[in-house]
Amino acid sequence: MTPVSAADPGLAMQAIGLTKHYGQVVAMEGSDFELARGEILAVVGDNGAGKSTLIKALAGALIPDSGQVYLDGEPVRFSSPLDARLVGIETVYQELAVATQLDIAQNMFLGREVRKPGVLGSVLRQLDKKRMRRQAAEQMHNLGVRVQSIRQAIETLSGGQRQAVAVARAAAWGRKVVMLDEPTAALGVRETHQVLDLIRRVRERGLAVVLISHSMAEVFAIADRIHIHRLGRRAAIVSPKTTVMSDVVAVMTGALPSDAVMSAALAPAGAPDF
Amino acid sequence: MQDPEPTVATAPQPDSNEGAVAAAAAPLASLQRPTLGLFAHPITGPLFALIVIFVVFSLTTSTFMNAGNMSLIAQQSVVIGTLALGQTLIILVSGIDLANGAIMVLGTVVAGSIASQGDPVLALALGFVACVVVASINGLVVARFRLPPFIATLGMFAIITAAARLYSESRSFPVTSDLLSVLGSGPEFGTVAVTYGTMLWVALTLALGYALNETAWGVRLYAIGNSPSAARLNGVNVTRVVFSAYALAGVFYAFAAWQALGRTPVADPSGYQIANLDSITAVVIGGTSLFGGRGGVAGTFIGTLIVVALKNGLTQAGIDSLYQQIATGALVMLAVGADQYLGRGHRA
Repeated sequence: MTPVSAADPGLAMQAIGLTKHYGQVVAMEGSDFELARGEILAVVGDNGAGKSTLIKALAGALIPDSGQVYLDGEPVRFSSPLDARLVGIETVYQELAVATQLDIAQNMFLGREVRKPGVLGSVLRQLDKKRMRRQAAEQMHNLGVRVQSIRQAIETLSGGQRQAVAVARAAAWGRKVVMLDEPTAALGVRETHQVLDLIRRVRERGLAVVLISHSMAEVFAIADRIHIHRLGRRAAIVSPKTTVMSDVVAVMTGALPSDAVMSAALAPAGAPDF
Repeated sequence: MQDPEPTVATAPQPDSNEGAVAAAAAPLASLQRPTLGLFAHPITGPLFALIVIFVVFSLTTSTFMNAGNMSLIAQQSVVIGTLALGQTLIILVSGIDLANGAIMVLGTVVAGSIASQGDPVLALALGFVACVVVASINGLVVARFRLPPFIATLGMFAIITAAARLYSESRSFPVTSDLLSVLGSGPEFGTVAVTYGTMLWVALTLALGYALNETAWGVRLYAIGNSPSAARLNGVNVTRVVFSAYALAGVFYAFAAWQALGRTPVADPSGYQIANLDSITAVVIGGTSLFGGRGGVAGTFIGTLIVVALKNGLTQAGIDSLYQQIATGALVMLAVGADQYLGRGHRA
């Protein structure tokens, strides 16, 4: 390996040389990652390429064997998803991480409930439901997610609305980065569009978004840059403006070498190429 | 958790919110789930059943509907009712406690045996400790070591039943201490006795209702019963909250033990053998879903009254206690069936 290059403070998030082995199985081998501020970065790759491993390492859900993650140019080390959340990285997992019988406000604040001020909160530990409902309603309104009532149970919502709640929650708590693991995989065409619009609004609020997706059409519709993952590492990072869809697929599957497409990388690579 | 207000033992308020949702639900949603309007409110069914029982026994017997019998029903409810509060906590996190009756009996035997030789305050305290320790072991086994609650508590039921008999050498202990039997007394107004035990039952119901509806712990408990993975992904310490539910249930079992000594001032290791089933019946009839995450103490309060009023009424009507058991059993199956039919078992 070449010496690890310095972190680029202009990036929202960066990773250099991430490696993860499970016994003989190599899940990640010297993977680089970079995410600019305020961009939507799509992460694509064939099944088994290690996209989820990469995202988990960035979200604190697994600890890489080696390599370094940087946030705003500062090295960070996460030992749990909570660590990542505390520094402003929120993740929406593929499985709908909402409690269907709780209402929207309760879901927005699950695990981060707000108590009433004074004795009611400190001694009687009473929740400030009004405040949580108001803030949840504001958040939904600001992101253009329409629901009848903030007190609706999630189970009364459509699949798209449920996913919208999950994304809105991540946007509400994520101060820097929101990571979405196939947020539209279970949705219909119209609902997919609604969620994609929502993701754009999340970007407009200045957050950097990482979007894992299997849908090339979706990726080309929304992404500012595309991270192509192959065999446990980043094969290339390209712009949808300069690289056509068929070339992205070709690099993804290995039909085309990674240097055949124009790189859109901002930082110098930390690990040597093939 | 459709009713976030702590409306314990009050009439259900038509939830305008829910009505609007039901009316405007997407066509697909209305196909998946029967929209029964007000009937969908979790308290409506149990309350309706309770009213039917009261009407039927008022019409068929001459001794059921009077103030004296009403206060008797309240007194007969306190032991099962207090046990059922702990059971509610556990069922809300998708568990079940088959050992709660045995734990309560252990508590009475520990308190009764110590009080027969010494300090009643110490006796009561050690009775509480016994209940909380055993319930916490259940919590540890279920939350930490992930044993299925049914098996874990079935095993504990056998262990504790035998342990209580070994400890007491199968003797029972008459309780003469005023402190231990205080919950059976209370102010009397003619034929109506409002015992301290009844007051305690109501107070405990209100306190638990507050904890479930007004605190973060309560919301997290419901979230875990609803979807443990969603709760975990949102940073809820599932193991700790589930453990706390079992441990706190132990406190309620201890109160139930105290209630039992107030009802019958004898600590008998072979008493209350089907109290576990009665408490489960009360919880389920009260509308708390066996799948977890849905229901609450208001329902359990009403469910307890249903179980007790049914037994009381059938006794007044001169019907054999074995038939009473059949009636209770049928009622449980009906309640669980309704739980299934209303789609409360569905996990999205």
